[in-house]
Order: sequence, then structure tokens, then C-alpha cells
Amino acid sequence: MPFVTHPLPWYIAGPLIGLVVPALLLLGNKSFGISSNFRHVCAAVAPCGLDFFEHDWKRSGLWNLVFLAGVFTGATLAAWLAPPPVEIAQHTIDTLRGLGLRETGGLAPAGIFTWAALLTLRGFVCIVVGGFLVGFGTAYAGGCTSGHAIAGLADLQVPSLVAVVGFFAGGLTTTYVILPWLLR
Amino acid sequence: MSLIPYFLIGSAFGAVLMEAEVVSWFRIQEMFRFDAFHMYGIIGSAVVVAGLSLLAIKTLGLRAADGSPLALEPKTLGSGVRYIAGGSIFGLGWALTGACPGPLVALVGGGVPVMAVALVSALAGTWVYGFLRPHLPH
Repeated sequence: MPFVTHPLPWYIAGPLIGLVVPALLLLGNKSFGISSNFRHVCAAVAPCGLDFFEHDWKRSGLWNLVFLAGVFTGATLAAWLAPPPVEIAQHTIDTLRGLGLRETGGLAPAGIFTWAALLTLRGFVCIVVGGFLVGFGTAYAGGCTSGHAIAGLADLQVPSLVAVVGFFAGGLTTTYVILPWLLR
Repeated sequence: MSLIPYFLIGSAFGAVLMEAEVVSWFRIQEMFRFDAFHMYGIIGSAVVVAGLSLLAIKTLGLRAADGSPLALEPKTLGSGVRYIAGGSIFGLGWALTGACPGPLVALVGGGVPVMAVALVSALAGTWVYGFLRPHLPH
């Protein structure tokens, strides 16, 4: 489709994402944060008497689950109408090739993020272990990129800054230590 | 209270994540390898726009229907352990999956269906945190 250039430039995407924060406040005094939804789903499906899942998820989280359903729908429609090619920096391409990765574009490496690759070491670590760490870490830290790195930093909250330092400590460790080992 | 506006804002957010390629594993690698400004530009300008909006809301003294001031939920630092430890654990997973929670959901319908497994795994991770919470430092 010719009406979108890829990627959508950062100076358009960033401000639009930033506006989600005031939009949710104006709508119903809601705080932007995606990962709370994991907690709400656990509370709805398997609270198992645990304190962390005792909250009234319908009252505090239904709006957010609906927001997340929107994220799914919007992303799915956008991918269908104007699929992003994802052409990344040549230096990253060269580095990833050097590490042993064949694919260097698209939404995710096709040799790792498939059903068949789930039973390989790299597929299992990237999908199953990676997903688990995302869910555990965001619950422990009380937020993810949206709640801490965007809303929290914008609100000048110190805990969010500490969390973002952690995000990068972990991300750089995976990038420079775990991935080179996993992909060799 | 109608939930439709939340669905619409979420849809716009999801479409932007997809079209700006924030959902791509490769964009996250590019970011953690400091090879492009794209992701930093997005997060940085989102923080600036959100920050200026919060400032405007505060200056205007806007209030919710029940009279309470419009504001984000405050977080308490405490020892800070939960933020640095939890943040680092999330960071490890972020670079492995190439997706934070929003993109994880976006990818399930947007072209990487196996991310549904990562999503279920993330729910398991949150559940295990809830189970271990009394024993973890915060």
C-alpha cells in the first residue's frame, strides 16, 4: 500500500504513542501499562488463592484488557493492509550474520519463531524461556516498556528510571552474551 | 461506562507499533546494538510528548468525574530491588523474544502466530511471580 512509508518515522510514531498516556487519563483516569494485563488474566483464570491475584480484575483491569484486544486488532489489520518489510541497519545485519543467523529482516527470524523451531534449543529459549522472563520480570518490576519507560519516565518517577536501567542491563546481557552463544 | 474508546485507542496503538516496526525482533536487536536511532527516537519522543501532556493536565488542574485529580498511579521506590531485579529479568526476555508485552500480543495476529506460545509462557511467568512473591526481596 502506497499510503504508508516504512518504517513509520520515529517522529510520528513516538508522539502518537506518547499521546496514549493523556488520552487514557482524560478518558477515565487510567494509567498506561500493558503488562498489568498478565496479572488480570491470571486473576481471572487461575488465582489459586494467591494474594497477588486477589484484586478485583474486572473493576481495575477490564478497560485494559479491552485496550489490549484493540492492540491485537489494530496490529493485525495494519499488518494485513500494509505489511512492514523491516529493513534494518547494515551493521546489525552483518553482526547477526557473523553470529550465524541467516535471516536479517521481517518481523522475526523465520528459523527461530516457528512452530517447528519450538523444539530446537534456540526456538525454545527465545520463545518459551523468553516469554516466561517477560511475564515474570514485568510482574516483579511492576511494569514494562509502556508503564515504566514511557508513562513512568514521563511522570519523572524514580522507580521507573531504575526499572529502565534494569531493562537495558538485561537486554544487553542477552544481546552480547546469550544470543552469541545461542546462535553459534 | 463505555469501553469502546479504550478499544479504539488500543487499535491505534497496535497499528502504530506494527507500522513503525517496533514489533520486529530485528528492530530490538538494532536498538540493543546501538546501530540505529529509530527505537530511541520513538521512546524518547513518546516520553517528551507524554511528559508535556502530564504537565498540561497538572497545570490546568484537570479532574476525573469523581473529583480526584487526573494523575498516573505513583510508585514507591522502597529498596529498589524489585525494579532493578525485575527490570533486568524482563530485559533478558525482551531481547530473546524481541518483543515487550504489547508487541507480543500484536505479533500473534500480525504475522508471527507462534508468539501465542510466548504469550502463554509470559502468563505462566507472571503466575510464578505471584506464587513466589512472599519470598522475593522487594
